[in-house]
Amino acid sequence: MSRTRKAVLGTTVLAGTVVLSLSLSACGKADMTKQSSPFAAAKGSKSVTLSVQTWVGAQSNVAVAKYLLEHRLGYHVDTVQVDEIPAWDALSQGRVDAILEDWGHPDQEKRYVKDKKTITAGGGNGVTGHIGWWVPKYWADKHPEVTNWKNLNKVAKQLRTSESGNKGQLMDGSPSYVTNDKALVKNLGLNYEVVFAGSEAAQITQIQQFAKQKKPFLTYWYEPQWLFNQVPMVEVKLPKYTDACAEKGAKDPQSIDCAYPTTPLQKYFNTEFAKSGGSAAAFLKNFKWTKDDQNEVSEAIASGGLSADEAAKQWVDKHPDVWKRWLPKKK
Amino acid sequence: MSTASAPPAAQRGLGADAPKSGPVQALLDRRGLAKLLLLAVAAAVLVPLAHATWTGGGWPSALTVDVSGPLGKTSDWIIDNRDSHWLFVYFLGHLSNAVVLSVRAVYLVLLALGWTGVTAGVTLLAWRVAGPRIAATALLSFLVSGALGMWVPTMQTLALMVVAVLASVAVGALLGLAAGLSDRLFRILRPVLDTMQVLPAFAYLLPVVLVFGIGVPAALLATVVYAAPPMARLTALGLRGADAGVLEAVASLGATGRQRLLTARLPLARKELLLGVNQTIMMALSMVVIASMIGAAGLGDRVYQALASVDVGAALAAAVPIVLLAIVMDRTTAAAGARLGADTATGGPAWLRGWRAWAGIAAVTAVLALLGRLAGSLVWPGAWAVDIARPVNDFKGWMVDHLYSGVPVIGGTADWAAHFTNWVLNPLRDGLTALPWYGTLLVVAALAWLIGTWRTALTAVLAMAAIGVLGVWKPSMNTLSQVLAALAVTLVLGFGVGILAAGSKRFEAILRPVLDVMQTMPQFVYLIPVVALFAVGRAPAAAAAVVYALPAVIRITTQGLRQVDPAAMESARSLGATRWQMLRQVQLPLARPALLLAVNQGVVLVLAVVIIGGLVGGGALGYDVVTGLATGDLAVGLVAGVAIVCLGLMLDRVTQPTERRTTGKGA
Repeated sequence: MSRTRKAVLGTTVLAGTVVLSLSLSACGKADMTKQSSPFAAAKGSKSVTLSVQTWVGAQSNVAVAKYLLEHRLGYHVDTVQVDEIPAWDALSQGRVDAILEDWGHPDQEKRYVKDKKTITAGGGNGVTGHIGWWVPKYWADKHPEVTNWKNLNKVAKQLRTSESGNKGQLMDGSPSYVTNDKALVKNLGLNYEVVFAGSEAAQITQIQQFAKQKKPFLTYWYEPQWLFNQVPMVEVKLPKYTDACAEKGAKDPQSIDCAYPTTPLQKYFNTEFAKSGGSAAAFLKNFKWTKDDQNEVSEAIASGGLSADEAAKQWVDKHPDVWKRWLPKKK
Repeated sequence: MSTASAPPAAQRGLGADAPKSGPVQALLDRRGLAKLLLLAVAAAVLVPLAHATWTGGGWPSALTVDVSGPLGKTSDWIIDNRDSHWLFVYFLGHLSNAVVLSVRAVYLVLLALGWTGVTAGVTLLAWRVAGPRIAATALLSFLVSGALGMWVPTMQTLALMVVAVLASVAVGALLGLAAGLSDRLFRILRPVLDTMQVLPAFAYLLPVVLVFGIGVPAALLATVVYAAPPMARLTALGLRGADAGVLEAVASLGATGRQRLLTARLPLARKELLLGVNQTIMMALSMVVIASMIGAAGLGDRVYQALASVDVGAALAAAVPIVLLAIVMDRTTAAAGARLGADTATGGPAWLRGWRAWAGIAAVTAVLALLGRLAGSLVWPGAWAVDIARPVNDFKGWMVDHLYSGVPVIGGTADWAAHFTNWVLNPLRDGLTALPWYGTLLVVAALAWLIGTWRTALTAVLAMAAIGVLGVWKPSMNTLSQVLAALAVTLVLGFGVGILAAGSKRFEAILRPVLDVMQTMPQFVYLIPVVALFAVGRAPAAAAAVVYALPAVIRITTQGLRQVDPAAMESARSLGATRWQMLRQVQLPLARPALLLAVNQGVVLVLAVVIIGGLVGGGALGYDVVTGLATGDLAVGLVAGVAIVCLGLMLDRVTQPTERRTTGKGA
């Protein structure tokens, strides 16, 4: 067989495959919003796809839910890592079945839950989230005044880095997280520069590095977070969060000048999954735990060196009283 | 990421250049002066005018167009109509469906074969087309991937790769065929393809996400768009480069156009075709990792997830199979290409020849797959997995503890990074931002015109102007300053190591595998250890860029120096030149085209990583793209993406040697 013939043969086979796969799908409409991942449920069993966000707390939710779904309810669970807002789109399209921890996205909620009705609210996951500014405890112990925003300008000098120039550095994390920090710095008249680490991983690495050298720093951070167990931090008091301020901020995000609210973290399901997801949907609806539970798993993953699955198993073995309540009642 | 493709590229560029470099050089100098004069005159007229109309250093706001409104509306429209509009339901939906089905089909086949079947099949295939050594590499690579506990993600990536590469090769070959046969099409396509090759992969992600949403179809299509151009270029070039004499002979035998194509032109172009396949594979593999940001799953996703929890070890465990896959695929296709050159189509032992070989491969694979199935181990047995994450993390921790700060005399890495930021990046950024915009345009024009032609200069200037019009002048200058700083470091190191490697065969041999790994390692893996060593900011982004761009620069430099005419060297030596004199006065000037090519490649590669540096505090355009992807705010991301495209275009044109390279590009 000559080379050319072989090449031609190869091309024919290839073209055939493409045509075949096209024609397989080419009978009428193809709604691309109803396609699942090609890697989903390869074992041909009942399957659920969960969205994992980039922070470890969200990974803990998913790890435990996955472990229980697989070992107690006999599902196959796929996970997809997606950022917060694209995850809403994926959820609406059914590419993922559930988000287990959402920090509040009013725009998306209005579009998908109220208008399109492709997403159903699934209630809280039991954890309350809080965003704020934090300083390390070792620094706050020596200079108690830094825990109030009014004194931040006095210590700006200590917080200079090569990235912030002659201002103090306020470190922010991933661009996808909810933040008003630039507006806050401006409206509160602070001599600070917001430096974006670009990802949470980069931010954590930097915080650990600062802590190792006992250097002062000021960072955007949030609760619950496993890093608090490693690097104790104290929150900086910002002007009190009020409804009036929130309303002003909703109109013009540039004008916000008060602290972040505390948010009960929410679960969201794809509407179809919520309706016909069987015991998996029932289980995920019941899924509800506490900050301490979540942190236990998170820390095991992020600093204990366990895989998400091992960490979940460890927690599940220890706390049957918590998760027994989530299992759907047998009919 | 073209491990094997850079050398041939360099060779070809040189081959074309070397003979004429003498007289052309002299001509260029005289012409260069004229060009500069002309530019100076133009500047003398235009600058006062510009200065009078729009004051201030930055791009005048009167000349910007705000596109975020329409872009935001487009994005909303797509989301609202994705499940109802005919364009999506009857066309894009099918496309997306076809992707899902094909990837799933390949994936299921791979899973059904089990690890025994896949390993055996790939090894035998490599043996048949590339010889026993590469077969051994393939065998080892797949075993290692399994041992790292990465079997399933590896298969996912492989499934994605198979479909992506087939699609890219098909699309590329079709485009190349058209361009190879029609002159007009060739003229239209060539600049487009040239340009697509220099764009950072990051810039391709947003538009596909806009249309397809996060997921495998988007990831795969981005990969195809990214990986098809080299195939198209090389096919077209191969078809056009066919020996006229042979074609004439075939025509005189009365062959029809179709026959001519099938029996003469395509076979004559087979080396280019295989080189094209090779490049396409490498580019697809590098894209598969970056595409994990938009839902590609597989190994890339593992790397990305591990980085979210600062787990360098786990990231490395997923990165090693990527590197191994790349090396196996690269070596296999490269060896297959080299064998095509030799006439005898012998490969492996006698029983591995002809149709029997293929039947044999199929049979052995089937038997082993069956054995695996009977033994009940389809997926790699978990007990055989080795955990490398912990030792790697320990090592990283140790390194960071000891190098970060306060090392006597030389200071720690964090101190270097601070100095680099304060003394190099900051002045450069501030200088570029403070430079009046028309000044920047003039500098760009002068550089591009001196090195290239008026066409390249015009493209470069227009690209820069487009950045201004989009209203992202300031962040673009910031990105540019990072690129320039990183490029300077890369060139100093790259030329240094390249000169050493050119001087010593043994050193080069040691260097080769290191460079291979550096080039194929996904850029993501560099990011976190770099942050641990250099603190958050622009310095780690620059450092990652240097690491990524170094191999290509070193390779091209070494090659260029090696190719210097031995006669010239000999005569210099006989005149009593010292080694240093020889290097400075003979080798380097004669290797000038190669060095220019190295600069060009370096710039393109550095830009690609500086953009990804947005993930570790690099800020500027990269950060905007990340923001756009992460928050679904496509207006921000797309504008930044276009600016990156323009910046890449400008940098490429400014550094483009007169003789355009025929192939070759990294990331």
